[in-house]
Parts: sequence; C-alpha cells; structure tokens
Amino acid sequence: MSQRAKYLLAIAATAVATFAVVMLLLNIAQRKVEAKQTHFELVKLTEDTVDPKLWGENFPSQYDGYRRTVDTERTRYGGSEAFSRLDADPRLKRIFAGYAFALEYTEDRGHAYSLRDQDSTARVRERPQPGSCLQCHASVIPAYRKAGGGDVMRGFEIVSAMPWVDARKLVEHPVACIDCHDPATMALRVTRPGFLNAYRGYMTTKGVADYDPNTMATRQEMRSFVCGQCHVEYYFRKPDQVVVYPWSRGLRIDDEEAHYDSLRFSDWVHAETGAGVLKAQHPEFEMWNQGVHARSGVACADCHMPYMRQGAIKISDHHVRSPLLNVDRACLVCHSFPAEEMKARAQTIQDRNAALLSRAEDALVGLFDAVKAAKTAGADSVALAAAGRLQRRAQFRAAYVNAENSMGFHAPQEAARILGEAIDYARQGEIEALRVARTRRP
Amino acid sequence: MNPRLPLTLAVCLGILLGAGAATFRYAEGFSYFSNDPQACANCHVMREYLDSWQKSSHHTRAVCNDCHVPHELVPKLVTKAENGWNHSRKFTLQNYPEALRITPHNADRLQHGCLSCHEDLTSDIRDAARPGGSVHATDITCARCHADAGHGPRR
Repeated sequence: MSQRAKYLLAIAATAVATFAVVMLLLNIAQRKVEAKQTHFELVKLTEDTVDPKLWGENFPSQYDGYRRTVDTERTRYGGSEAFSRLDADPRLKRIFAGYAFALEYTEDRGHAYSLRDQDSTARVRERPQPGSCLQCHASVIPAYRKAGGGDVMRGFEIVSAMPWVDARKLVEHPVACIDCHDPATMALRVTRPGFLNAYRGYMTTKGVADYDPNTMATRQEMRSFVCGQCHVEYYFRKPDQVVVYPWSRGLRIDDEEAHYDSLRFSDWVHAETGAGVLKAQHPEFEMWNQGVHARSGVACADCHMPYMRQGAIKISDHHVRSPLLNVDRACLVCHSFPAEEMKARAQTIQDRNAALLSRAEDALVGLFDAVKAAKTAGADSVALAAAGRLQRRAQFRAAYVNAENSMGFHAPQEAARILGEAIDYARQGEIEALRVARTRRP
Repeated sequence: MNPRLPLTLAVCLGILLGAGAATFRYAEGFSYFSNDPQACANCHVMREYLDSWQKSSHHTRAVCNDCHVPHELVPKLVTKAENGWNHSRKFTLQNYPEALRITPHNADRLQHGCLSCHEDLTSDIRDAARPGGSVHATDITCARCHADAGHGPRR
C-alpha cells in the first residue's frame, strides 16, 4: 500500500470514528431532553374532548398502548379473544336457562372493543336493555353532563332510564382516556357515578362520611379505583334502571348477597327450576380486595399496566391485558424468580380453581336434574322453595367465580372458599329436592 | 505524495478528539470517576434505585460504590469500566429487560461490599452456612434476606 493510500485510509477511519462519536452525542442529548420534557401539548384537552385520538396527539406512547388493546390473544382460561363460553362449557346453557346469557356469553375483548362488542351481542340485540349499560361500555360522562343540564349525576339517572337504542345515539367512543384522567392535569380520577355512589356507601359502613375518592384517595388507591369503576358486580335498580353496585354492607360476596336478599332482588327466574336466582357480573375489584396483592398494597395497574421504559422516560403500559402475557414486567419487578416460575405459579392457582369451578357446575346441574325429577313426581313450587333458596346461593357463588376474570388468581383462597360453599349449597339443594320427590311418590 | 496529507490527517484527528472530549464532557464522563451516587442515575434507568437507596437504612453510611464496587484501586476501575461499558451499550441500544437483575459477578462484588463492614459481626453466621456447617447453603448471600438494607422497601 502506498503511503498516500495509508493516509487516505486513516482519514476514512477517523471520519467513521468521528461520525460514531457525534451520533453518540446526539443520542445522549436526546435522552437528556426526554428526561426533561416528558410531553408536548399539541392539543388543548377539555372535559368535552372524548376522542382518544386527540389525547394521543399529546401522549403518543400511552395512546399507542391503548390502541393495542385491539389484540386478541388467548391465555389458558381467558385472554382477549371473543370465544363462546357457552360452547367451551355447555353446562352454562343450563345454568343460565331463561336468562340472556344463555343466548350469548362471549369472552370479553380489550378496552378498544367495549362499545362495539356491546352493539353486537345478542343480549342487547335480542333483549331490550336500558341505557344503564353505557355507563361502562362507552366514554359517557359528557353525554351525562349534557343530558343532566350540567349535572352529571342527574344525567346518569336520565340516560340510564332511556332505552338502550336511544341512549346509544348519545355516545361515540368506547372506554377512553377521559374516563380515568383529568384533561387539565392528567391526574387519575374516578368518573363513573355508580362507583362514586357505591364506594361512598361502603365507606359509611367503615365510619367515613361523604367519601370522595377524587379528593381523599391516595395515588396508589386511585391506580385500583379507576379500574374498580367498572370491573365490579352491579345490577340495575328497579324501576329506574340506575346502575348500582351492591356494596351497602361491604365488598365480599356474602355482603353483596345480603344486599340482594334484603331487597328480594333476583336477576331472573331460572327456566328449569323456577327459582329466583342471581348472576354475578365481573367482580374483579371485589375479589382482588380479598387477596394478598391488595393486602400488600399492589394496585390493579401495577400488574395490568406495569411501567415500561421508553428511552429516558418511564410510562404506564396502556395496553391493558392479562399479566400472563407480560410476566416479565408485570411480576418480576417485585418477585425475584424467573418468568417461567411466576407463570407456573399463577397457572397452578388457576388450574386448581378451574377444577373446583367445574365441580361446582356439575353440582348445580345435579341440583337442576333433581328439581326437575321432583316436579315430574308432582312437587309444586311451595314444596321446592327450600331447594330454590339453596340453588340461589349455589348459583350466585359459582357464577361469581366464573365471571370474575382471573380464574381465581385475584384471591385464590377466597375463590376456593366461595366454590366450596357453592358445591355444598348445590348438593344440599339436590338432597332437598330428592327428599321432596320421595315424599311425592306413591 | 502530497505533503499536506499529514496535516489534513492531524486536523481530522483533532476533530475526532475534540468531538470525543465534548461528548465525554456532555455525558458527564468525569462524574463516573467520583463517588457521587447522582452519577449512577445520569442515564435515568437507575433513578428508581437512587430513590430507593435514599429510603434505605444504609443511606447515611454507604453510597453506591461502597457496596457495589471493590475498594482497591485496580479492581475498582475494572468494575467501573466493565459495568460502564455494559450499561452504556445497553442503554444506548435500548436493549435490556424491564426487571433488572444483578449479574452473578456483581452479586459477588456486592457480597464483598457487605463484608467490608460486617465481616466480624457475621463470621458465626457464615461459618454455619459453609459446606459441612450446620446450615448447608453455599449460595446464601447477605442480600438474599436483607434485600431492603440498601434499597428501601420494595414496592
């Protein structure tokens, strides 16, 4: 190589090295800027900015995660794929006989689908429903404010009483940013009237008057309350159809059942047995409250929206999903075990719970058969009243664990206790029905 | 050969050195030779660890380096260079897991850090934990149980 070529090569090498150094400098500068200014306000957000796309202009990373809730990924027992639970477990058709859930009972999908899936379910298309459903399926607060002439609580009552088809015209978006965030400060907030009413009532039982989570809760509590606005057991009060969470006595299943019993409330009359029964909806918030994670101060968002780093900043992952699909970030931040170990622990809990739930459903079906046989033998509803009361207890418990979207994980021992009681009540009811049938035989 | 080439090359090298020095200074390169805990949080990822250290029992007596870095000059520089390279490479390329775990080598250094103050106090415990001792557990380190000593309560 000539000396000239050597020099040229040296210049080229220096140029490459200088290029790399400058690129590194720019990278460091970018990280420093990221750490200083975490967002840019491109759009002025107000209490009427419902469209999450506009919020996404200011918070593109969070919006990107929110959009990812369109994912459809199954876990062993749930996930976000809309499979038919009636096909997966045909016993449910008999368990919900005479109720809209026997028409269609589909695994729920992500937040992005909350309104679309309500539009398409047979439970809404084939059975008339009230506007109450929209409290949680739509970004509805501005519509409440408008309907109530500025008063959200009044608007909530007015819209709840409307037929669903009419109320549906007032809303456009599924669950969105404004439902959990203050548009001015981005602080977490609870907006759903059903939660505000019910939690205030619950706190009175604890001796706290006029509880308002938006001014009195800690930030960590809010990281669960925003989810608990909707992921709860509820019913539509008669006759005004207002959404009520049955927390007048407490948050445990026994408290909720006592609430219903005191009102003589039933969701429907079971078509096979004629008993007035209850179906739990999705009591994740209540079940989580009974578990060790809640007791240790771990919020819903800690596992379902764990922190993720993006460059120099840290954000909450708005791709809300099963922690089983995100074990690394959801569990390992607190638990010093490999991801496979944590997943195996969770699935062991779920497998055991699923086996117990299956026994509870078998016991319920056994009860239905015994009641039907007693009816064939000539027993009337008076003679079968005791069996019906036991069915109501068993049915609410089995449905509670089935509808609760964690397959027992949120509070394993509580779920097992509930299912143990469900099996016991169902078999007691079956024995009662067999006894009644025997007395009717010639 | 063009007699100006060596001069050109010298200018190029000067630019490289200058850019390198500017980058080093802008990245607060000298802070890494210090004992200041703030230096560890320069790259943002360690912010949580700096915060939790401030909430720990040790924050009045020991800084990051006292526990995580050997105290002798050469091993200290080797440790800083090795971790400095690993950290800046992973942070620049954004290639690291969310739940950070100490590497076995660094865990070993940490254990020496504990012993640099608590060696005499813990000799009975450590004798019992040796093979043939009453508690057979060779992999038990101080931090296995005293995880909160250096970094506050875990969330």
